[in-house]
Amino acid sequence: MSGVYIVSDNIISPLGLTTAENFAQLKKGVSGIRQYHDSAFADQPFYASLLNYKSSFIPEVDHIYTRFENLLLLSIKDALQNSKVDPRDKKTLLIISSTKGNISLLETEMNNSDLHKRITLSTSAGLVAEYFGFLNQPIVVSNACISGIMAIITGMRLIRYGQYENIVITGADVITKFILSGFQSFQAISPLPCKPFDLDRDGISLGEGAATIILSAKPTQLSGIKVMGGAVTNDANHLSAPSYTGDELGQAITKTLDEAKLTASTIDFISAHGTATVYNDEMEAKAITSAKLQDVLVNSLKGYFGHTLGAAGLIESIISVQSLKEDIVIPTKGFEQMGVTKPLNIHTDLVTGKFKNCLKIGSGFGGCNAAVVFSKD
Amino acid sequence: MEKYITSSCLISKHSVYKNGEILFANKDAEVNDFLISVYKNFNLNYSRFYKMDRLSKLGWLASEILLKDSFRKEIYRPEDIGLVLSNANSSLDTDQKYMASIHDIPSPALFVYTLPNIVTGEICIRNNFKGENAFFLFNRFNADFIENYVADLLENGIMEACICGWVELLGNEFIAALFLVEKLKGNKAVSLSKEYMEKIFKSKNIDL
Repeated sequence: MSGVYIVSDNIISPLGLTTAENFAQLKKGVSGIRQYHDSAFADQPFYASLLNYKSSFIPEVDHIYTRFENLLLLSIKDALQNSKVDPRDKKTLLIISSTKGNISLLETEMNNSDLHKRITLSTSAGLVAEYFGFLNQPIVVSNACISGIMAIITGMRLIRYGQYENIVITGADVITKFILSGFQSFQAISPLPCKPFDLDRDGISLGEGAATIILSAKPTQLSGIKVMGGAVTNDANHLSAPSYTGDELGQAITKTLDEAKLTASTIDFISAHGTATVYNDEMEAKAITSAKLQDVLVNSLKGYFGHTLGAAGLIESIISVQSLKEDIVIPTKGFEQMGVTKPLNIHTDLVTGKFKNCLKIGSGFGGCNAAVVFSKD
Repeated sequence: MEKYITSSCLISKHSVYKNGEILFANKDAEVNDFLISVYKNFNLNYSRFYKMDRLSKLGWLASEILLKDSFRKEIYRPEDIGLVLSNANSSLDTDQKYMASIHDIPSPALFVYTLPNIVTGEICIRNNFKGENAFFLFNRFNADFIENYVADLLENGIMEACICGWVELLGNEFIAALFLVEKLKGNKAVSLSKEYMEKIFKSKNIDL
C-alpha cells in the first residue's frame, strides 16, 4: 500500500491568507475572535472570528461565485501553486468538505427550484472543479464538524487503494444568520471568547475559514509528513450531545493508532476538538484518558480560529502539521484553569521540542467521532 | 475476498420494495402521510420516529425494512458495522423549515436536523451501530463510488458489514435505496456490483 504524503496546504482565515501567515499569528498569540454588533446576524452582540468581505483582504476571483466558493478557489489556488500537482491529471481527485456550503442563499434568494439546484454542494463542487480543470467528478463530504478529518481519511484511503495519486482536499464554511441562530437556539454560544477545557467554559465561538491539504502518493523533497491512519466511529447515543463516557471517540483514537502501528507513548501532541462546551471538552478528556494519552500535550485551536465547522478538521490539521515541521506546539488560548474531571496536559505558552507524531481528533452532531494521525519522517 | 449485497430496500414513488419485490404501496398519499403509512404497515414500534425530520424518517424506514429478518446483527461487534450514505440535496428539506422558524423563534429541534448525517445518526442510535459512518453528496446516485469505496472498506477491515446507498427527500420528491453489504453469502445474496445497485434503484413502480 502506498504511503500518503502531505505535499502542500493553505489556510484562509482572519489571521491570514496562507498557512505561514496563520501560523505566524498563532505563535504571537493573536486570535481572530472579535465582538460583533450586527443586527443582520443577531439581535445581541456576539463573539466570532469572521472574515471581512468588505475590505480587499479577501480578493474576489469572479462575481459569479458565492463567498463560499470564492474561499475554496483562493485556498486551492494557493495550495496548488506550491505543489507540482496537476488538477487536469486523471489520477487527481478533488474532495470538498463543508457542513452548510451556500446555505446563506436561503436568506437572500427566492426559494424555488433554480435556487435548489444552485444551493447544493454538488453544484459548488462542480464549479470549483471546472475552474481548475479537474477531470474526475469531485467528492463532497458533509458529515457535521468531522467533515474535514473525514475528508482527509477518505483521501488517504483512496490513495492507498491505488485509485488516485494526488488528492486535493478543501473545505470551508461561511458563518451566516442560519448557523449562528441555530447554535444560539442550543445556547451553545459563549457570551465571551471561548475557553477550551477551562473551568469557566460556557460555549463555542463560531469562526469562518477555508483550508486545503494536498495529499500525494509521492513525497516532495521538502515535505516528509505522512498521513498514517484514521478512523471514524459513532456514539449511537444522542444526536446533539456527546456520549457521556467518550468511549467511542476513544475507540476511534485506538483504531487510528493501531492502523498507524503507533503506541500511545509515541504520540507527541494532540490537537483536540476542544469546542469549549461543557459537555464536549469533558467527553474528550475522558476519551483521551481511555486511550491512555492523558499525559500527552494537548491543545485546542478554537480560541484563535473559532469553530470553523466544515473547515475545522482541515485548518487544525494543517496547524498541527506545521507544528511538526517547526517543532513548535501552539498553546490553548482561552484556557486558564483545568475544568475537566480527567485532567489533561494543556499549556498556555508555546512548547518547543522534538515532535514526530501528532493526533488530530474531532466529534460532531449525529454522534460522529474521528481521529487521524500525522507523522514526520 | 467476495462481498455480497445480502439485502436491499427501495422506497420510491410511493412504493416499498425489498430485494426487488414490492411489499407495499400507497400511491396517492401526500409525503408525510406516506411515511406514516409505511411505519404503520410494517408494524414498527419506535416512538423516536415521530420526532425525526422527513429525511431521517425516510432513511430510518428504509433501514428498518432492509434489516428486518435479513441481518444477524449479533454476529458482529457494534464497532464493525458501518454506514456509507449519500444524496444530492443534503438536508435542504429541513433547512427550509428551520429558515422559516428563524423569523419567529429559531427551533433547536429543527436545527439538529439541518445536517445530512443526522440520518446516519438516527440509524446508529436505533441499532447500536458504532462503526464508521460517512455521508457524501453527489449530483445523482453514484453506484460506482459506493461499490468501490464500500468494497475497499470491507476488504481492509474498516468494517465487516455496511449499510450503504442513497437517501434523498426534498419537497414532494423522495427516494431511498439502501443495500446491506457483508462478506457472508446468505441465500438471497448477490455479488456487490454497481449494476445490481442501479437496477434496484431504477425498479419500476408497479400498480398494485
